[in-house]
Parts: sequence; structure tokens; C-alpha cells
Amino acid sequence: MSNTGWADKLNPTVRAVKPSGIRRFFDLATETKGIISLGVGEPDFVTPWHVREACIFSLEQGYTNYTPNSGLLPLRREIARYTADFLGLEYSPEAEVLVTVGVSEALDLALRAVVAPGDEVLIPEPCYVSYLPCTALAGGVPVPVSTGIEKGFRVSAADLERAATPRTKALLLCYPNNPTGAIMPRAELQAIAEFCAAHDLVVIADEIYAQLTYEGEHVCFASFPGMRDRTILLQGFSKAFAMTGWRVGYALSNADFIGAMTKIHQYTMLCAPVTAQMAALEALKNGREEMSRMVREFSYRRRLVIKAFSEMGLPCFNPGGAFYAFPDITGTGLSSDDFTERLIREEKVAVVPGNAFGDCGEGFIRCSYAASVEELNEAFKRMRRFVEHYRSVNRSRKSERMRVGEPL
Amino acid sequence: MDKSMEILDLLARNSRLSTGQIATMLELSEAEVERAIAALEANGTILSYRTLVNWDRVNKERVLAFIEVKVTPQRDVGFDATAERIGRYPEVKNLYLMSGAFDLAVLVEGRTMREVANFVATKLAPLDGVNATTTHFVLQTFKEEGVVLTDGEKDRRLVVSP
Repeated sequence: MSNTGWADKLNPTVRAVKPSGIRRFFDLATETKGIISLGVGEPDFVTPWHVREACIFSLEQGYTNYTPNSGLLPLRREIARYTADFLGLEYSPEAEVLVTVGVSEALDLALRAVVAPGDEVLIPEPCYVSYLPCTALAGGVPVPVSTGIEKGFRVSAADLERAATPRTKALLLCYPNNPTGAIMPRAELQAIAEFCAAHDLVVIADEIYAQLTYEGEHVCFASFPGMRDRTILLQGFSKAFAMTGWRVGYALSNADFIGAMTKIHQYTMLCAPVTAQMAALEALKNGREEMSRMVREFSYRRRLVIKAFSEMGLPCFNPGGAFYAFPDITGTGLSSDDFTERLIREEKVAVVPGNAFGDCGEGFIRCSYAASVEELNEAFKRMRRFVEHYRSVNRSRKSERMRVGEPL
Repeated sequence: MDKSMEILDLLARNSRLSTGQIATMLELSEAEVERAIAALEANGTILSYRTLVNWDRVNKERVLAFIEVKVTPQRDVGFDATAERIGRYPEVKNLYLMSGAFDLAVLVEGRTMREVANFVATKLAPLDGVNATTTHFVLQTFKEEGVVLTDGEKDRRLVVSP
């Protein structure tokens, strides 16, 4: 952080928030010429043209004003219709849908709406970088719950049970998961639903990657008996509709939760940008075919990626969703940070160190396959060379230690 | 989508994909992909494997012309006989039977305008059954086979993002 002498005036909670671990590698990767990036958390597709055109048309027609706080009613109606089709869940467009500035804002609103000072929020890790800071900024206490590769980075009811206390207020779930690509089977989610009911928890379900599920159907947490009203379901346009920069998402829940979130949203944001809302409306109305084309493309690449890591000898569990693979790199003898930095410097490939998403992500890297097949092939060629080199270095170092009788 | 259709879809967009890659992408064995491709080649579904070139980027003189051709259809064979004859000329790149004000649309490629004009005047127009031709020269190609040739959309994403 810069030091101009004013830091002691800052809110201590804000001061204590660590800047994102991704930042460090961003500058290095940006400065490196000829880099292939597998470090990007957004689709490589540009927003489909019909959506962009609808946005231009809305500007021509003069849609430049505020919208209702909770979003344009036609958009909320279309969201309710889409949710009914896609997830089989009914929400009232008038009272149970809130259009937000991306899922990021929806997440912040949900946390601020339900978390009181000192309330604990259970957060399975590895997780998206904003979960812990946003919980802390809302006055809550984030309680990370580690998951590991041996269980495919799925959190279990038993893990949550061990972390729960009388102060536990909420659970934050994200499946399909960023950064691991993990998805949750129905039976395991059912057990978590029972745990949440037993502890009377609010569930914030970030299901931004729902449509990007490749192994079976996406199971929505809110669809379990009794979970609809207990859950604040977060959804958006960024990933499935390739609309990251538009910043438009939405929250679905009971009228009390949505009403409270709308209150905060009304005073801090007023409304999501009308132009982005008009684009989102077009995406929901006419964008489903284009979306399935993009999803199919991701599923092809996912298989190439899994195969490439297995050929490289990096253990990688099968990611059932999102567009990330999360291979174990400990065989190279490098830490996540060293691996990432050297891979940029030596082979010009950018990935994200797993520890940026929580301590239990150490020893892993996140590779996004939101890149063309040609880029993926070239990146894997470089990574294979890199991994082979460090693996042999690591092996000879180990046998040297063995020779002189040191611990490995 | 059935697997043959998916193979076609992948190859139509990128004919350099190896059978191994296609097999991985579609969760098939390499032998299955090879068999499917062989069958598609044998039954005339896959005709050839090409590269889409932006010839404007290299020093190659090239002129394209769209020629509208009016044809007198013949008893029993309609436009087929004339179309077939026109299609035999190597200068003809594409050939379509059209609805509307004319009958055949012919895309012709030559090195110079004179060469194309010569082709129309000495080969195409005098053919039996050809009544009239209108030649339109192409000034610039913006998009070909679904690919935008002008400075298209670049990857504007940040190099690393959460």
C-alpha cells in the first residue's frame, strides 16, 4: 500500500483487508511480451452481436434514465421466467428479484443484509477472492472451511458441522466453483441442506457458473425442500452470456431478504445501469442458443485440458463445471507462488496461484480454459517443458538429500 | 448433436485439429474419429480441407467478380446443363442458381480486370443458353466464410483476473 501518512485515519477493518493475491502477478504478466494467459476469469468470447446491437438500439431510443431500484420490470419478469425454465423455481418479479451491478454487488448486499457484527459466515475454501473480505467489511467473521483434492474440493456437511458455532449465521456456497471447477452432487447438497436447516442458517448461493456444468445437470441449492426461502440465490450474465464488462447480475430470494438488499442497493447504487439492463434483457430473450454454443465449446476444451494435465503428470481432479482446472503442482517441488512466477518468466504462460483463493489452495494452480484451442495447445507445450524440468530438479534434489542422510 | 455432426462442426471451423484432439474433445476413441471421418469423406460430405487466406496481406494480384447470368432453361434439364458447363471453367470459384431477376450467380477469380473481362466476353457470354451477363467487380473483401478480414475484435481482457 502507498504510504502518504494518512493510513491511520482509515477504518481498521478496511486496513486489515489484504489486497488480492492475484495483483502481484498481474503486473508481471502484463509486462511480459508474448504471454499466453490461462489466468483469466472471464470467457474469451465477446458478447454476442445481437446483445450488443440491442444495447445500441436502446441508446438510440433514449434509454438513458434511472430504472426502478430493483431493475426494469420486463427484465425482472424475464429473469423469473428464465429461472423457472432453467431451475424449476418460481420467484415473483415484483418482490423476489433484484437486479444488481454484477454478482459482486449482489454478494455484498446479501452479506450486509444478513450479517450483524460478530456473526460468523462459513466459507468453503478455495473460494472466490471477495468472499472473505466482503464478509469482514460487512462486520462479520469469515470462517474458512478447507476442502481438498481427495474429495474433489467438495465441502461436506461434516466439515461444516465441525466449523459451526452458536454464532454461525450464514453459509456461502459457490458451485460450480471458482477456482476449482468442482460441482456438488445432489446427495451431498441434500446433506448440507439438512445441516443448514438444523442450524437455521441463511445460505448465500453464488451460482454464477450454473450454466457451465458439464457433468450432469446443475443442482440449484434453492431447489431442495425448505431451502428456497432460506437461500439467497445469486446469478448473473457474465459467464454464461459472456457479459463480464456489462456488470449485471441478480439476486433471488424471499421478499424480506430481497427487500432488505433492495434498501441497501437503493441508497448505495440506486439501480444497475439501464444500458446493461437492456442488453441483459436481450440476452435472456434471444441468447440461449448462442449460450449453448459457447458452453459446448468450453466442454470440448475442458476435455483437452484434463488430458493435457494427465499427460504432464500433474494430478488434476475432473472439474465438472466453470472453466477452470486446478491441478496439483507439488511434484515440481515449487510453491504455488514460485510456480506461477517462474512459469511467467521462463515460459510466458500466466496462471493464478491456488493460494490466492485460500490457504488450502497452496500447492495448486488455477488454469482457465477460456482460451482458444490453439492457445491452449501452445500453453500446454510450454507447461510440459516447464514441469518436466522442475520435476527432474526436484527428483535429483531429493536423491541428493537421501544420499547425505538429510530428511526429504 | 450426433457425433458425425460434431466432427463436421469442429473440422469446418478448424481443419487442422488432429484426430487425437477431436477424439479427446468428443470423448471418442481415435479409431472411432478416424472411421467417422473416412465415412464422411467416402460419401462426399467432406470434400476437401482448406485454409482461409487473406490474400490482401500478400503481394498477389487478384480480382474477384460477381457475374449475374441470365440463362434460357432447356427442356428436361432446366439450368443444369448450362450450369455444369460454366462450372467446368477453373476461373469460376462459386456458382449458384438464384431466385429473382437473374438465374446464375458466378463468382470468378482472375489476376487482372482485363483477364476477367476477357473470360466473360470470350467464354461465358457466348455459351449456348446464356442470354445476358452483368459483371460486378469486388472492391474489397470484409468478411469471408464467417471470418472478418478487417481489423477484427481483439482480445481485450485483462491478462489476469479473479
